[in-house]
Amino acid sequence: MEHTQRRPAGVARASSGLMDGLQRWLPKLVVAPTFILVGIGIYGYMLWTGVLSFTNSSFLPSYGFVGLDQYAKLMESERWLVASWNLAIFGGLFIGICLLIGVVLAIFLDQRIRQEGAIRTIYLYPMALSMIVTGTVWRWILNPSLGLEKLMHDWGWTSFSFDWLVNSDFAIYTIVMAAVWQASGFVMALFLAGLRGVDPSIIRAARVDGASLPVIYWKIILPSLRPVFFSSVMVLAHIAIKSFDLVMAMTSGGPGYSTDLPAVFMYAHTFTRGQMGLGSASAMLMLGAILALLVPYLYSELREKRHD
Amino acid sequence: MNTFKRNLTALAVSAALMPTAAVHAGEVEVLHWWTAGGEARAAAALKEMMEEQGHTWKDFAVAGGGGEAAMTVLKTRAVSGNPPAAAQIKGLDIREWAELGFLTSLDSVAESENWDQLIPPMISDVMKYEGKYVAVPVNVHRVNWLWVNPKVMEDVGVEVPTTLDEFFEVADKLKAEGYIPLAHGGQPWQDATVFDAVALAELGPDDYRKAFVDHDMDVINSEKMEEVFSQFARVMSYVDDDAAGRDWNTATGMVIRGEAAMQIMGDWAKGEFTAAELTPGEDYLCAPAPGTEGQFTFNVDSFAMFRLSEEEDIKAQKDLARTILEPEFQTLFNQNKGSIPVRTDMDMGAFDTCAQASMETFKSSADDGGLVPSFSHGLATTSYIQGQIFDVVTNFVNSNNPDPAKTTDQLAAAIQSAM
Repeated sequence: MEHTQRRPAGVARASSGLMDGLQRWLPKLVVAPTFILVGIGIYGYMLWTGVLSFTNSSFLPSYGFVGLDQYAKLMESERWLVASWNLAIFGGLFIGICLLIGVVLAIFLDQRIRQEGAIRTIYLYPMALSMIVTGTVWRWILNPSLGLEKLMHDWGWTSFSFDWLVNSDFAIYTIVMAAVWQASGFVMALFLAGLRGVDPSIIRAARVDGASLPVIYWKIILPSLRPVFFSSVMVLAHIAIKSFDLVMAMTSGGPGYSTDLPAVFMYAHTFTRGQMGLGSASAMLMLGAILALLVPYLYSELREKRHD
Repeated sequence: MNTFKRNLTALAVSAALMPTAAVHAGEVEVLHWWTAGGEARAAAALKEMMEEQGHTWKDFAVAGGGGEAAMTVLKTRAVSGNPPAAAQIKGLDIREWAELGFLTSLDSVAESENWDQLIPPMISDVMKYEGKYVAVPVNVHRVNWLWVNPKVMEDVGVEVPTTLDEFFEVADKLKAEGYIPLAHGGQPWQDATVFDAVALAELGPDDYRKAFVDHDMDVINSEKMEEVFSQFARVMSYVDDDAAGRDWNTATGMVIRGEAAMQIMGDWAKGEFTAAELTPGEDYLCAPAPGTEGQFTFNVDSFAMFRLSEEEDIKAQKDLARTILEPEFQTLFNQNKGSIPVRTDMDMGAFDTCAQASMETFKSSADDGGLVPSFSHGLATTSYIQGQIFDVVTNFVNSNNPDPAKTTDQLAAAIQSAM
């Protein structure tokens, strides 16, 4: 009884101390689970993959260390070389063409045209589809015995031939087509937002000086959109390196393994062929490729801030 | 009022029965990927038979034909110490799981049921680890089949080819008449399935075993193997240009519709013909793949049994193992799946002619050494070596100027690096 009566004063005193403590600790407490999860879920597993890439893990992880053997094997693997070369082709073309189409569409849409909202939605819409759907649809369109080629033949143009999807030298370019179709609307949206952020008084001033519209875009507006350009490249490069579902849906890496990308290679070896060590090594090289892009980007971003 | 009373009685009775059932019976959790039509019916039959024995069946079906998704799930479950009672694991992967200590011995069941007498040693060897049964075979598929549309053959006036040379002759005539001679899907495993048949025809069972089971470099890196590759290239030249990425059942559909004349594919293709309501021997023919008459490349589905802790569950698991090999289930399951029973003492009267022919060859080849494990379906070698061979074979098929001599070197190097 005594105990309960004494309590209010004690609680009041304790609570003010508690509140102080809470104020100091609450933000950290709230953020802590996120940090822990990110720490384990991303960096922890990254580290584990790194460790596995130095072991002889077969279809379950094991810890017999073999040094750089898996990397050496990877470099000798014909299929890995094909996959890497494909990534270079796919990544280069995908990023380049997406940027080009995105910028051009954004500039056109920026001319205060009618029905801009509707057109913007249509261009952006492919992004709403999952890569699996995009891949499946394009596989049907490009398949010679049921898509475009058959349609042309049925319409009477029998000499029409478009068999890239089933030709091992060209199949990778069909993947580029589908990926560009999917992502260029997104690049357009990024650039459009950037264009709308440009101070109109600069343009008016340039007009007064007698500059034509193309010159204004080329010399004044686009250079000021450098940050947008960088973030687009970053996002597109990520998409390119982790591209997996699109390839699986369109060609499953075929014909043969001519459209294999590193992500597909990694999945096949780690999870279906029981070569977890080799798969981990390929995952580490992919991580390396992303870091090679990310580090210079972050460096340039942070340095710019210091200068401002 | 009456119904109410009856319901009450039913409730009371079931309440009285329920706990006894729960106490006495164990639970079997079974991981499988039999989710399509006939396969699903077959799985349901097994479930029913287990429930008749008073056990609970927990279905753990993971869709996806080749079972890749299922294997990923299984690995997670096994590593976290909670494996299912039984999982569909095939070929040499059984040995790998056993080596890691996950599997339990079934020798008590095997002895009392006399498995060693029922199953040909070629197959029981795959089910054993260190002389102990750790898995139960469910069925036997024959991989080296040639499926033929007789109307197309009649139209062109040719017979079903029995050797590779005859095949080339027949295919030329078919091509001249505007038919696709060989229906095929350009996926690595299908390329390998055809290569499997050509290799058996060219090498014969002994050298086939030396190459793909023992990895004898004298056979792998030989002129014979070069010959296999050049014959294989010739066979593949009768496939239409749009085959890349096509599923095997789409290719079977081409034979059914009469666009293509033949397909080299395992006997699961029969399911497609059955679904189209065709009769074997009349509407479609099954013949051994050219040059492999009397030989049998087998692909065996099996359940590996995991180590469990609860005694009741272990009993249920043993009952499952026994039930799978009982004639009743063997008949029902294999009729639905298109394969043949793994027991050689079964009455084949209820099966169709293709299955009967398959069984005959199975028995005779088991005696004369013509029975070989299929490398393209993971019965002959580990999944890494299999993967390496797939890469070489599929690259050869899809290359613009295939070179048998160079590819033979590549094959030897690939197998060597994976060993």
